[in-house]
Amino acid sequence: MSSPDTKLSIRHLVKEYVPGKPVLKDISLDIEGRGITAIIGPSGTGKSTLIRCINRLINPTSGEIMFEGRDLAKLSGTPLREARRRIGMVFQEYNLVERLTVMENVLSGRLGYVSAWTAWRRKFDDADIQKAFALLKRVGLADFANRRADELSGGQRQRVGIARAVMQSPGLLLADEPTSSLDPKTSVEIMEVMRDLAAENSIPVMINIHQVELGKRYAQRIIGMSGGLVVYDGAPDGLDADILKKIYGGQDWLAT
Amino acid sequence: MTNAGQVSRGDFFAPSIAKRFAYVGVLAYLAYAAATLGLSLERIQQGVGHGVRFLAGFFPPNFTQSDILPGLLESLQIAFLSSLIGTAIAIPIAVLAARNLMPPWVSWIARLVIIFCRSFHPVIVAIIAVKAVGFGALAGIIALTFASVGFVGKLLSEAIEEISLKQIEAIRATGASFMNVIAYGVVPQVMNRFIGFVAYETDSNLRNSTMVGVVGAGGIGGTLFSAFQRFDYDFVAGIIVCIIGLVMVGEVLQIYVKRVFR
Repeated sequence: MSSPDTKLSIRHLVKEYVPGKPVLKDISLDIEGRGITAIIGPSGTGKSTLIRCINRLINPTSGEIMFEGRDLAKLSGTPLREARRRIGMVFQEYNLVERLTVMENVLSGRLGYVSAWTAWRRKFDDADIQKAFALLKRVGLADFANRRADELSGGQRQRVGIARAVMQSPGLLLADEPTSSLDPKTSVEIMEVMRDLAAENSIPVMINIHQVELGKRYAQRIIGMSGGLVVYDGAPDGLDADILKKIYGGQDWLAT
Repeated sequence: MTNAGQVSRGDFFAPSIAKRFAYVGVLAYLAYAAATLGLSLERIQQGVGHGVRFLAGFFPPNFTQSDILPGLLESLQIAFLSSLIGTAIAIPIAVLAARNLMPPWVSWIARLVIIFCRSFHPVIVAIIAVKAVGFGALAGIIALTFASVGFVGKLLSEAIEEISLKQIEAIRATGASFMNVIAYGVVPQVMNRFIGFVAYETDSNLRNSTMVGVVGAGGIGGTLFSAFQRFDYDFVAGIIVCIIGLVMVGEVLQIYVKRVFR
């Protein structure tokens, strides 16, 4: 289980998709303890890239990502897969395997721990099955366990996505725009599920978010990114009009 | 655009010179082909006349000879065995050939294997197999297995290339091994289509298995061919009716199998 002193240290992280045109320009960050850290910033500023560099769905160009005693940026093969098991991820478009059942989707959070032969026959440990069902109950989807994932609504799918991520027993939860495809009411519900589940399991959360208000409401810390750099790092209260202007540019949009 | 604000039909539907040349070219080639092959009206009439007399010999079909059933059963066995073996070989090759899962050099090698298997008609492979391993069902199985690897390999690798990478990304993010990514990310997404391919492949092998016998690779085709050479046309008709029946049974079976696995 994760301890309260979980620490992620990013040092001088650079990502260039095209040589000479960095999307992330020298990012250094520390995520310590529990709670939610929200990353805000305009589209295309590298928020998703940053999140995906951490669990190496994207390979960083240079820099260091220390997590649980390993530099994630330098891992490959089995050590990388072992490190990924400790990092849960929630996606904007839920990314459930649509033709599998809800239960199978939640249990896929254990795929880093079981062999292909075991996974193929669905011979998960009884403890895993109990935990998966408890999680489904916790997110209010116990009745949907045997339904196919593509029968669910957006909000329900995202709940399954969160359950899958927590199923990994991660030491860190990454969320890439988890509410951007949802209506405002469902967005709030999803944020609450994520906050509560993370708190109950002592998992620190790092979340990319477009809705600044949601970020301010649920995060203990806000990181503002612009042009591939961190331009604000502090409490939600400190996020005033000047800083928002610095993050997003312009000011006409602030008037409303 | 001609002048500001004014547009005409030609701005959007310009006549294509190249397209007109293509039409004329195709027509010219067809005329040339018919002329050089001596496909005159007189030749067609003559052919049809002969065909009618030949078909008259088919009736009534003769089912009484005892070598129909063993031949049919052998064809059936050739079809099922080659479909099974061919599919088993095709699955790993298709995974290796999928460009979204494999580095380019791996997928290219696997694609070359698939292209090679698809290059030859089963009958050509059957001729070679008969020379290599001798007359009989083994040669037929080899020939149709070869074709199955090409067919299932190509369609399955294309199906894998069309899957949603988002689902794969999520499975990879859990720390799943490559085989687990296949089992939970790829298989659920292609399973339905895969069953369709295999059912179609079995159906097509059933038809082809009645043919490889013509070159001595086992099955009903050999019986058919020798009946032809004996001018035993009512027996030929009997065999043909049985083949049609077999293929129809295969068709019904295919519907049933798809329903079970859906």
